[in-house]
Amino acid sequence: MSKKYVMGNGAIALGALSAGVNLVAGYPGTPSSEIIETVAKYPHEGTYVEWSVNEKAAMEVASAAAYCGARAMVTMKQVGLNVASDPLMSLAYVGVKGGMVVVSADDPGPISSQTEQDTRRFAEFARIPVFDPSSPEESFEMVQDAFEYSEKYRTPVILRPTTRVDHAYASVDTPDSFKAREYEGFVKDSKKWVIFPRLSYMNHAMIEKRNIEIGEDFSSYRFNTVSGSSEKAIVASGVSYAYAAEFLKDHPEIRLIKVGTPYPLPESFLLKALEGVSEVLCFEELSPYIEESLLKLIGKHQLKIKVRGKLTGDVPPSGENDADSARRVISRFSGLENSESGIDCSEAPQPPARPPVLCAGCPHRASFYAVKRAMKGKKAFFCGDIGCYTLGNAMPLDMVDTCLCMGAGITMAQGFNHMDSEATAISFTGDSTFFASGITGVVNAVYNAADMIVCVLDNSTTAMTGHQPHPGTGRNLMATPVEKISIEKILLAAGVKKVITVDPLDLDASIAAVKECAELSGVKAVIFKSPCVAVVKSNKKMRVDSEKCVGCLRCIKEIGCPALSVSGGKAVIDENLCTGCGLCSKLCAVGAIGGVQ
Amino acid sequence: MNKDIMICGVGGQGTVLASRIIAASAMDEGYTVHSAETIGMAQRGGPVTSHVRIGADAFSPLIPLGGADLLIAFEPSEAVRNLKYLKKDGFVIVNSVPMKPTSLGSSEDYDGKAEIAFVRSRCGCLVVDSEKLCAPFGSSKFFNVAVLGAASGSGKLGLNKETVCEEIVKIVPERFREKNLAAFEAGYKTGEER
Repeated sequence: MSKKYVMGNGAIALGALSAGVNLVAGYPGTPSSEIIETVAKYPHEGTYVEWSVNEKAAMEVASAAAYCGARAMVTMKQVGLNVASDPLMSLAYVGVKGGMVVVSADDPGPISSQTEQDTRRFAEFARIPVFDPSSPEESFEMVQDAFEYSEKYRTPVILRPTTRVDHAYASVDTPDSFKAREYEGFVKDSKKWVIFPRLSYMNHAMIEKRNIEIGEDFSSYRFNTVSGSSEKAIVASGVSYAYAAEFLKDHPEIRLIKVGTPYPLPESFLLKALEGVSEVLCFEELSPYIEESLLKLIGKHQLKIKVRGKLTGDVPPSGENDADSARRVISRFSGLENSESGIDCSEAPQPPARPPVLCAGCPHRASFYAVKRAMKGKKAFFCGDIGCYTLGNAMPLDMVDTCLCMGAGITMAQGFNHMDSEATAISFTGDSTFFASGITGVVNAVYNAADMIVCVLDNSTTAMTGHQPHPGTGRNLMATPVEKISIEKILLAAGVKKVITVDPLDLDASIAAVKECAELSGVKAVIFKSPCVAVVKSNKKMRVDSEKCVGCLRCIKEIGCPALSVSGGKAVIDENLCTGCGLCSKLCAVGAIGGVQ
Repeated sequence: MNKDIMICGVGGQGTVLASRIIAASAMDEGYTVHSAETIGMAQRGGPVTSHVRIGADAFSPLIPLGGADLLIAFEPSEAVRNLKYLKKDGFVIVNSVPMKPTSLGSSEDYDGKAEIAFVRSRCGCLVVDSEKLCAPFGSSKFFNVAVLGAASGSGKLGLNKETVCEEIVKIVPERFREKNLAAFEAGYKTGEER
């Protein structure tokens, strides 16, 4: 055994490896991406790991492994679970043979997500157990327990970490090498593995009965704990428990109950933990899940306990909890001293707003700018998608009118075209997103005779989540060289009439490509191809000749590159940030910007 | 020892590497360590923070308001933004070179001077100039390691200089090792002279 200092996601990976996992699949998504990347760092016989093309594919690949009696793990962020929900809902009815753990990372805040959805609710919806770790250390152990429970009850189970657990670092004791489990292999049995209405009916009844048993089993689970004995109790789960425990470290008398397995609810445990309690505060993130579960439990047993939390306005309904909200909420409830320590910042100068922006030299900036120039003075709708390029919405580019979910850019542009054929409908989709869920949209648009331009922003990586490979990059997770799948060929095969591939840093050619497509009817595509600047590093720099610069600041006003700023009324370039892409030099009217080495 | 260290700056400045070196060094010295950092969309040019918590008293990954012993700020306005995390008797090491926000507008005149003055008025601090400090190394990208040197030299880091240097050797890519160690040493001198 050796101590490793790892991110929560690394702890989950090491836990799964310690459990002898045989197959791991997933799709990148903050805050879950590092789980698979960590698994991939320990290649060994008997463990297969892949980046799947999307979460649904990952869930199905993993299901087959679990049918074989192998241990399988599938990883995603919470919105990925929406994509994978079709196989998961059915799999919950069919069940598994080998242990199967679905890791769905929630993102309270949200810090890097579209929604503040709560995977605990999804677990209840699918009628499958869910584990809710409060720290990286606990994640490491819980994922191993999750495999055991999954096999014991022959059901997929969910592990639901949140961003602050995924991205927190701690030390875990791990084996020095890992050994994959041996498994029986697939045994044919169509009565078991083929979902039919009759099977679903029978298994539904079995599942409801089984879940009561699991709730009982969970009542003696070591991560459901209680400390203190006060009449007013705090119930917390996940990282909120850690904040509460830290605040209460000098108040061991306050009763603090941790629920590590929110579903099926460990009823016997909670009934015992709540003995002598008159009032309870539920301190949790996202939805009032435990609060509502307690209300049901209290109603069922006709207990006289007041329940406070999100539903009573005692805990904020949205956003993440932290050490500070724990102090405020718990001190008010428990009558503890609530003193703000620290430095008086009431007269501090207001710090400037720093919204996230496309990196200096990002080729997406050039792509957006080319489309903007090509469409100048014309009515057009710009449908964005999920990835770095959502940041094309920021001023001054202002080139993302909509963003809904993975792949929606293409299909929404099609919808706008049917509602308003006067406007040019344009979608922006990244290369990884195109493979994940863009292709069906293209087929739908061609099939339904839409008039639109599909822009694929191809930077040869999955940039936002940390530069994972995808089917267009020519290598997979294990860096095995594989045939590149051509976006251009897919578009042509789907019946797209015109496909132009262009380097976005060639501004004139890019504008011409968009204009050409806009003149044609049907579905057309422009592939803007240029590598991510965070992957392919450049030594080139641009510099402003302050003698020539007239201070019109057109470069800054038009493209908003973070390397550009104003000093003494003139544009200046931060050479630490500049990648020498040269976009600014192409729009300088007086030729004041040039390259330097 | 229980010590909470917060590192803040703007996405891309290299705060994550600095926090990893501190955490690894503290582990080498036998302490329990927890840390957390900003990852994802927010890190693209937005404000970023790393929390490093040394000692067994930390249950959660985030430092409470008014809880940090040391704030290492890569940027003046980010120091101000996060000053609320500092203990009353805490210490700040702050870079005086401002990072201008991209958007034009009210912040056009932002030069970091008022921010530095505010920090000075509120707590003990060491102001360092990343451009001057890193000039011999050809890039401000070495500031993340140089500022660790300043923290170490000022005696506020609570870790042995040798341990930190060993971790720099382990963590940074080999071809940048010499420059990083030199940057650390330059920072260390600045810290000592405080």
